[in-house]
Order: sequence, then structure tokens, then C-alpha cells
Amino acid sequence: MTIRLGGIIFGLGLTAVLLLWSLLPGAINFAFPEKPDYYAFQEENIAPEGGFSFEGPLGKWDTQQLQRGYQVYKEVCAACHSLQYVAFRNLQDLGYSDAEVRAEAATWQVPFQNPESGEIEMRAGEPTDQFPPVYYLGQGNPPDLSLITKARPDGTHYVYSLMQGYNEPDPEDVAKSPEFETPPGLYFNEYFYNINIAMPPQLLDGIVTYADGTEATTEQMSQDVAAFLTWAGEPSLIQRKQTGWFVIAFLIFATSLGFLSYKSIWAGMKPKKK
Amino acid sequence: MSFAWANQYEPKSAFTKWIDEKLPLPRLVYNAVGAGYPVPRNLNYMWNFGVLAGFFLMFQIITGVVLAMHYAADVSVAFGSIEHIMRNVNYGWLLKYAHANGASFFFIVIYLHIFRGFYYSSYKAPREMIWLLGVVIFLLMMATAFMGYVLPWGQMSFWGAKVITGLFGAIPFIGEPLQVWLVGGYAPNDSTLNRFFSLHFLLPFVIAGVVILHIWSLHIPGSSNPTGVEVKKESDTVPFHPYYTAKDGWFLGLFLIFFATIVFFAPNMLGHPDNWIEANPLSTPAHIVPEWYFYPFYAILRAFTGDLTIPFTGIILIEAKLLGVIAMFSAILVWFFLPWLDKSPVRSGAYRPLFRKFFWFGLVPCMAALFYLGGATPEEPYIVLSQLATAYYFLHFLVILPIVSQIEIPKPLPFSITEAVLGKDGDAAAPSAAAGSAKPEGDAPDGALQPAE
Repeated sequence: MTIRLGGIIFGLGLTAVLLLWSLLPGAINFAFPEKPDYYAFQEENIAPEGGFSFEGPLGKWDTQQLQRGYQVYKEVCAACHSLQYVAFRNLQDLGYSDAEVRAEAATWQVPFQNPESGEIEMRAGEPTDQFPPVYYLGQGNPPDLSLITKARPDGTHYVYSLMQGYNEPDPEDVAKSPEFETPPGLYFNEYFYNINIAMPPQLLDGIVTYADGTEATTEQMSQDVAAFLTWAGEPSLIQRKQTGWFVIAFLIFATSLGFLSYKSIWAGMKPKKK
Repeated sequence: MSFAWANQYEPKSAFTKWIDEKLPLPRLVYNAVGAGYPVPRNLNYMWNFGVLAGFFLMFQIITGVVLAMHYAADVSVAFGSIEHIMRNVNYGWLLKYAHANGASFFFIVIYLHIFRGFYYSSYKAPREMIWLLGVVIFLLMMATAFMGYVLPWGQMSFWGAKVITGLFGAIPFIGEPLQVWLVGGYAPNDSTLNRFFSLHFLLPFVIAGVVILHIWSLHIPGSSNPTGVEVKKESDTVPFHPYYTAKDGWFLGLFLIFFATIVFFAPNMLGHPDNWIEANPLSTPAHIVPEWYFYPFYAILRAFTGDLTIPFTGIILIEAKLLGVIAMFSAILVWFFLPWLDKSPVRSGAYRPLFRKFFWFGLVPCMAALFYLGGATPEEPYIVLSQLATAYYFLHFLVILPIVSQIEIPKPLPFSITEAVLGKDGDAAAPSAAAGSAKPEGDAPDGALQPAE
């Protein structure tokens, strides 16, 4: 009897020890989590007033904006960032005519293999060519921008925010983490995932003179290049939404007919219980 | 097997009679899903998901075969071939988004289908074979989906493949050579991608074969129903066509509206942005997670953080990685044993009050937690929560279900399906659609407990 009792108490004790041993560290971490304080420096993405023209189920491209964004890409970004999955002929989507596309492509130099010497040489681009690769030798690793708005969460707003994010750290956050500093060669950007980015601030006021005369503020250029890169990432965006309306309209129609047939076939099969 | 009162296929024209003599395919279809297959009349919408799953399998095969005409499975071109499909192939963007989201919707349908099986004990005798084949289909689906996700060769494709193929290395003794043989190298590379493409193309047809066995084994006892009481007489059933072809048809339309909304207006919502970055073996993503439908199993895998040792010595019995792998596979393997774990003779959760409490307040929150935790970062408090959820998951199937099924007092079952639908006096006043034999065959007067056959 006592042995049984002793056994039960020992078993309960052992179970309690094992449970505590396995769950206590986790419970303590749950109650008092350690999070590196410099997460606090990162901000939520911002959006332009009124949003982008292509957002929402009824979005449309603003081809003027896309042309301005292309100009920003060409004059500022293309020095370091390639756009390898876009072809010059795709620029027709921006509202350029065939002749304009051809002329635009010719302003770019693309590599080709000389059939006689076998050497890689440069020639003027043609509409069938993709945007050429970029050889960058500085600090950091500039990613290809063809898919950048899809490769980052909330990508369009991320690009829009990042280009404007080169501010000073919030003094409150600095007070909480006094040891935080931006290493030499990197730049503080409050929208970048790792806070300190290798890309220097690029879209300074007036760095581009827009062909259509729009004032080139940092905010305007950020908006335009974000729109352009969204187009570059998914040229079929608007076609997708427009097709979607037709498909869903048809499905609603067909489902309604289906539902009415179902009701008529099952009529009277399940009388209401009294 | 069909019930005695089932409609018989009667070819009318000379052509249909000729076909029926030489290759009775129309007769097969008539008996399988036509007017020749009687089905309980009281099925609710949870019974629609089988047909929906079949639809999504066909949809994935069709979109997949067309995509395969444009896809190239070589590490230097795979990612580019996806962009080619998205930008150059006519409606390629639609094919890609439909196929990727189709996989997600296939899993939504399957989880609801399995969830129906859990609640209404569809796995009990005489339907154990259907259930076992179903678990086999689920395992094949998981393999297919995993390999399919690797094909775009994005960051998540590569690193997810690295994690999951790395698990084979945890198997004692044979693990390392087995992993190298399966992967075709020391890390996912061109060989891996090529063989995954081959298998991803093959497995859906294997799934289709097992689905045929699944439906065939269903047609032997016939469908179960929400009361769990077996079919006794003609007024319990209706012919599959037109009653359930109509019900499945309109519900499929409704489901496709949701599907189309995602495909056309939020096609990247269920995916991970990192998979739009080409795979880079030298750059590990911040968080490696599989697609959402694997989250519960990923949570169980990651819950095991400590090696199983003999305390106070340094001896490791089973290391944490292997524990996680065993638990992850066991989480699905326990489903194979359900017909023998749950001993209650009552099928439907509607008549099992104690089971129902553990179902809604135990299993469902546990699964919801595991889904959420699988996508969470591997830090506290998510780790301890995964451990608790995993513990409850196994406790539920291995301990709670057998005990509850033995001790609970179920509610009285209706005598028959007809009684459940029309009430006790309904048999005498059965509507004309239920056909000829209106004489009831003696309902139990007090609706006493009837064991499942």
C-alpha cells in the first residue's frame, strides 16, 4: 500500500520535473522575450497620396508615369541595376510607337558575339533584344530589377519608400540603442530590411529632367520608378484584372443557373420539420 | 455493388446498344456517377469536397501539361523559362497563376474533405480501405506539391528543397548515402531539378490511379451520411444524377468564383516573395518556409529542439533532427490507424457529445495553431507553442480518441436516414420522388440507439 503510494508520488514527481525541465525555459522566454532593439529602427512602408493608378481591381496603367519611370531607370538606376527579363519591344506598353521603340532600343548597347572573330562586342540594341546585363564593380550587390516589386513583400510600396528612406534615425530609437551605428560604406535607410544599405541615396531632387516637364522631386521620381518597376515585374497586371472581371461575371451567371437547377431538382425533398 | 432498387442502364438507340455490347463505358459511368448510383439523400455540403478534389486534380493536370510545353528543367534556364511563360507565352501568366494557386485550392479542398472524414468517422468499417487509399493520395499529393514548388528554381524552391532533402540525412546509418543518391549530389543541383520535374509529371497520374481505386472502393459500401446510420431502404437514397450532379455542380461554380478571385486579383497572396528571386546557393533567405499547406507538418518538424539523451551522460539516443522527421511523418501515419483507434460504434460526431467537444475545442484549435506556427519564425514563444500543439496533436489521436470512444454515452441515433430527413411519420407520407415502396418497414418506435453496421 505504501509502496504503491510511494510509487505514485515518485511518478508524479518525475513527471513534474520532466514537464518543468522541458517547458520552463520556453515559458520564461515567452514571458520575457529578447528582441534586438535595432528592429525598432525599421519603419512600415509608406504609400503615395491617392495610391497608384494600377492598384485595386479596376486599376489601369498611367503610361505617362511609366514613361517617366523608365526615364528614371535609364538615367539613374541602369548604371548599376540590370533589367534582364524585359525586352525593348515591351516598351510598346508604355505608349511608344514602333518607330519610337526602335529608336529607344538603338540608344542602348547590347553585347553580341562577333561571328568572325568570336569575340564579344557591343552593338546598338534592337527591339528583340533584352535589356543588357550590367557589370557593377563597387560595394554591394545590386539586384536585377525585373522582378523586384514581386520579390519583396508589398514590393511597389517598398520601392517607393526605400528611395525616400535615407533619413536620420529616430532620436528615440537611438536613445534606446546608443551603441547602434551605421558601418562606413553603408547608408542608413529606415525601410531597408537590414537598416544599413550599400546603395547611396540616388533620387536627389532634380537629378532627372523629365521629358514631359513634370517637376522631378524625390517623391515624384520614387513614385514613377516604383510604377515602372511594377510594370516591369508584371506587364500583364492590368490585362489580368480585366480578364478576371469577365471570368468572375461568367462564373456568377453560371453558378446562379446551377443553383436554380439544384433548387428545382431538390424541390420537396426535405420538408420542414414541424 | 449497388442497392437493389438502383436504376438500371437501358441503352435506347442502336448505337448505344452496340457500344454497350462492345465496351460498356456508358454503363460504367451511369452506375458510377449517373442515375444508377443511389446515394443517401441527406448528404450535406461537406460531402461535396470529393468531387471538387477530383476536379482540381484534372485542372492541375491540364494546366500542368500545358505549362510543361514551355518549361525547361535545367538550373541555368528554369527561372528564365518561368519568366518566358509569364511574359511571352499567350496567357502564360494565367497558366502559371492558375497552376500555382490551383495547388493551394486543391489542398484547401482536401483538408476540408479530410476534416469531414474526422468529424463523421468516415474511416470506420466498412469504409477503411477508402480511408487508407485516401491517406496514400494525400502523401502522393504532398510529394507532388513539394517537387512542383522546386521547379521554378527560386530562392524558396532551392532552400526548401535543401531543408527537406536534408532530412533524409537524419536516418541512422543509411541516411547520408541515401540523401546523396536521392538528391544526385551533396546539395540540390541540376540532377535534383531534372528528376523532380520527371517525378512531378509522373505522380499526378499515379494519384489519378489511386483516386480510381478510392472511388471504386467507395462504391462497394456506398457513401456514408451525416447521421452515420447505414442505408436501409429505397426512401433513404436518391440517384446520384441528377440530385448530386446538380448540388456538386453549383457548389463547384461557387468555389471557382473564390478561386478566380485569387487567381486574377491576388495571385501572389498565398506564395512567398522570395520565390521571385532566382535560386542562389550562396545566399540563405532570412526565413525558410514551405508553402502554407505544409505549415502544420513544418511546425511539428521544428518543434523538436533537443536531442533525446540519457540525462547527465553525454549519450545521444536520437538527435533532434531525426525526432522531428519521425514526428512529422508519424503525424500523417497515425491517420492510417484511425479506423482501429476510434472504437465507438457511432460514426457521426453529431451524436457523440464528448467527441464533439474534443473535436471543436481540441483538434481544431490545435490544427489552427499548427498552421499558424509553421509559418512563424523559429524563436520563442512560437517554439514552446509548437511543442504544446504537437503534444496535443498526438495525444488527441493516440490517447484521447480511443478513451473517449470507449467511455462516452452517445445520443440516440435515428432509426433510418428517411426518419432523420422526414421525421417518424415521414415514411408513410414520403414524397413521390422517393419512389414506389411507401410502406415503412417498422421504424423503431422510440428511436432507440442503433449501432452502426
